[in-house]
Amino acid sequence: MSDSAEETKKHIKTYWTIGAALMVLTLVTVAISYVEFAVPLTITVALIIAATKGSLVMTYFMHLIGERKGIHATLLLTAFFFLVLMFLPLLSHTDRIGEYMTLPNANTATADVQHEVDGH
Amino acid sequence: MEIPYTVSERPDTGLNNVKLGIWLFLASEVMLFGGLFSSYVLLRLGAVDWPLGSDILNVPIGAFNTVVLISSSITMVMCYAALKMNDFPKYKLYMGLTIGLALTFLAVKTYEYVEKFSHGDLPSQSTYLAIYFTLTGLHGIHILGGVVVNGYFLGPGTAMWKTQPERFINRIEAAGLYWHFVDLVWIFLFPVLYLL
Repeated sequence: MSDSAEETKKHIKTYWTIGAALMVLTLVTVAISYVEFAVPLTITVALIIAATKGSLVMTYFMHLIGERKGIHATLLLTAFFFLVLMFLPLLSHTDRIGEYMTLPNANTATADVQHEVDGH
Repeated sequence: MEIPYTVSERPDTGLNNVKLGIWLFLASEVMLFGGLFSSYVLLRLGAVDWPLGSDILNVPIGAFNTVVLISSSITMVMCYAALKMNDFPKYKLYMGLTIGLALTFLAVKTYEYVEKFSHGDLPSQSTYLAIYFTLTGLHGIHILGGVVVNGYFLGPGTAMWKTQPERFINRIEAAGLYWHFVDLVWIFLFPVLYLL
């Protein structure tokens, strides 16, 4: 960023405003944690507030608002791989390798065979 | 050897090397912390029972440290603004404040650790404590690294301001980007570990 002194003065006001907003959002996060919500709702609200705070820091303190395309492209790629990392744990929930599985048809077949053995 | 494009922009990237370098470094840092956040999700989803952070950790202390770190982010961005305004004494004041706030954060974190250790709450006690100490420990090391870099820019590093002011401003911007990233990580760590 190559700003004039006048533009920098405007930015300083913005920095203080964003700083104040971050403080307020921190207090809101703590206050909400004392309210009895269901766990999934608490997690969602807390993460939404954290994401809002994070985007304020990135946009204004890290100057992403006036940044070049090259930086935005790098960050987009980073965000994509970050999301991949976050969804990796889901694989452990859908992964059934090594688990004992009971198929309904297989049970029926076994019962029929057993019946035949017992009956005849 | 002179490092090229520390102030001027490279014709192919349209960026100076300082900025591109620090953003690539931060991208790698996102993946480092992302891997650990992913581990946290995996451990939490796989656990039969997961404790509430506020039952184990001191929320007011964690909130205080969040305020301290956000304040340090404000003073850090003011360092950059002061240099842009050609106000070097103000830069030194804000940089001193940033370092002071970072040391306050570390002192509070040390107090929290000592408190936990004295009660026998060690990483080996539970999966929750293991991931808590791993995440906050790694974050604490990043704070320490930031203090060292910012300390250099408050002391011997200031010599560059007299000879190459533009290059010095770029260095402070890069140090600031790192510092805001460290703040950003804590913004997510605090609710995840202390409140949920």
